[in-house]
Amino acid sequence: MKMTVSKAMVEALKKENIKVVFGYPGAAICPFYDALLEAENDGDMRHILVRHEANGGHEASGYARITGRPAVCIATSGPGAVNLVTAIATAYADSIPLICITGQVNTEQIGSDAFQEADITGAAEPFVKHSYLVKDPSQIGRIFKEAFYIAGTGRPGPVLIDVPMDVQRATIDFKYPEKCEIRSYKPTTKGNYVQIKRVIKALEKAKKPLICIGGGVFASNAKEQINELANKMQIPVITTMMGISAFADDDPLFCGMIGTHGVKRANYAVNECDVLFLVGARVGDRAVKTPLALEKTTQIIHIDIDPAEIGKNIGADIPLVGDAKLVLEQLIELSKPLEHSEWIAQIREVDAKRELAPAPKNTIQPREFIKKLSDALPDDAVICADVGQNQIWTCTSYAFRKGGRLLTSGGMGTMGYSVPAAIGAKLAAPGRTVCAICGDGAFQMSFMELATAVQHGVDIKIVVMTNTRLGMVRELQTVGYDDRQTAVFLDGSPDFIKLAEAYGIKAVRAYDEKTTEQALALLKEPKGICLVEVVVDKDMPTL
Amino acid sequence: MKHTISVLVENHSGVLSRISGLFSRRGFNIESLAVGPTHDPSVSRITIVADGDEHTVEQIEKQLNKLIEVIKVKTFAKDEFLAREAMIVKLSVSAAKRSEVMTIAEITGAKVMDMTLSTMTLELCDTYANLCRFEEVIEPYGIVEMVRTGTIAIEKGSEVLNPKK
Ligand SMILES: Cc1ncc(C[n+]2csc(CCOP(=O)(O)OP(=O)(O)O)c2C)c(N)n1
Repeated sequence: MKMTVSKAMVEALKKENIKVVFGYPGAAICPFYDALLEAENDGDMRHILVRHEANGGHEASGYARITGRPAVCIATSGPGAVNLVTAIATAYADSIPLICITGQVNTEQIGSDAFQEADITGAAEPFVKHSYLVKDPSQIGRIFKEAFYIAGTGRPGPVLIDVPMDVQRATIDFKYPEKCEIRSYKPTTKGNYVQIKRVIKALEKAKKPLICIGGGVFASNAKEQINELANKMQIPVITTMMGISAFADDDPLFCGMIGTHGVKRANYAVNECDVLFLVGARVGDRAVKTPLALEKTTQIIHIDIDPAEIGKNIGADIPLVGDAKLVLEQLIELSKPLEHSEWIAQIREVDAKRELAPAPKNTIQPREFIKKLSDALPDDAVICADVGQNQIWTCTSYAFRKGGRLLTSGGMGTMGYSVPAAIGAKLAAPGRTVCAICGDGAFQMSFMELATAVQHGVDIKIVVMTNTRLGMVRELQTVGYDDRQTAVFLDGSPDFIKLAEAYGIKAVRAYDEKTTEQALALLKEPKGICLVEVVVDKDMPTL
Repeated sequence: MKHTISVLVENHSGVLSRISGLFSRRGFNIESLAVGPTHDPSVSRITIVADGDEHTVEQIEKQLNKLIEVIKVKTFAKDEFLAREAMIVKLSVSAAKRSEVMTIAEITGAKVMDMTLSTMTLELCDTYANLCRFEEVIEPYGIVEMVRTGTIAIEKGSEVLNPKK
């Protein structure tokens, strides 16, 4: 059918079953927006006007993580595209499938430093799974088909499509391809049978086996399988930050998050185990500080869909390339029930509960608050943790039950992720409670998205932990720089309650028991956007 | 240790920048890189000589394979491949020394491409090591300009690096 490339782009999104897109317009993407308007008017597509392109990318990220499919964000050329880079890098670090559409100056102007020209395919290259600068209008269908396929399969990741204005305006004969065939891209999915047998043997022989779950378990939708395998073989489970909520907190096999900021019990288990079975975990430096020491004492089994992750940070005795879900299904079939009650008891003896640092009068002990919050919210709530102390408080104190979900920026540690991610998640799962938890620093990096939430009626809950400091950095200076505190004071911050009210958002400040009850009651309300400020002492430690 | 890696890639614009970007951002050292078309117009072939231990080379291969436009990667086993590199060198040579240089050219297989009253320009296509030796020998005659291509390589024997396999 004859149509403009812009219209073809919209048709491609419809074919890919995209219902919501996140974007911010500008001259160079106007032809596409013009075509999008029709789809909006027909009720086929919803455009969420974000308040900053980076947040648009994070919103798409939250949406993608909940739907498990690539989500779409849009920006104009030059500054719009460059603003998107933080979100692209954040998604890349956590393997989140995004389709990023940017406008570009006219083809003939490329390379001339035209107004709002930026080499975005060049700038984003280190952070994309793949990118396209569309030169031939007739290829738009193939490019969109490939982009969705690449973003969503194998190890997921962001794909960028940069479309010059004249290309958007060109008229083509359009038919969306049914299939795509990329000769150089064939992700492995099923595990090699010989390796699978080796894994089974090693796990059966192990006296102290341990499973470590990473974000890959979510990427491959293998939550059910990992629970089944762990329970069948009675193997205790730890997670990386990205793996949190893949395994229920109240399961007797669960030992918590490992790493620099992890819980004692989990780190103890890693040091004590004889076989460590990594599932979709890349052994980042925050998760395992000394992988070389670990690989010497422990037999490592490593499943990952990305061959490059195997052997990158830690040597694997049994490498297994494949999709976690399929591999785990293969393993479940071949495994037999085992029992490790002594080993489990040994780990469980290590107290997971540490003494909580006391909170001075009229402040709240943040981890206690998080614990209460997890008791208050429904089992299937989506929690978006930001970066900093608040992130660690959330990751170590929120008790995720079956069906719950944590979203956080694990790999990049991008401040300001939680609020936009929550907006995206809520749009993907309108029936679930979605709650962002952030610090007063990070909140000020993305609170412009309150308008996005209000405008589009996205009922997210927000918890801002105000310690009036860039807390994580303050603590680093306290511990590592002789307490020489600099550039961490958030003086000049607004009154967050008044700020929320200025947006027409209900807000409560929690600083004692009574206000905490009020705050939790507000957060439990199923409808409406709300904000809770939790007053935290400036010297509160992370752990 | 040096490794010679052949990479078959889609003949698209931008592929080379993706590959060179990958090397620099992952901290891999490239000694030389040569790129050109193949008998299949849709495929280009890049030969990279890189420095690093076994672990590094394994990572280079795996990371290259992750680039969507990379069709095939092969690191050649030591002594299992044929390699060539070309050099053009301009010497400042007076008439008195010309015959000496001609003799060196004859022995090494270099060709005289150009000559003026005060200069001689030679070309040689040989292995990396032989080019280095050649350079050493002609150095005393006064190199004023020199240019070398990167190494290109192909596997010995009947094995074929094929995009389809
Ligand atoms: C975009 C960005 N800039 C800087 C940092 C470095 N950083 C990590 S944690 C942190 C402090 C965060 O402060 P706040 O949001 O108030 O949270 P808190 O640690 O106090 O809970 C900073 C500045 C970062 N992670 N991301």
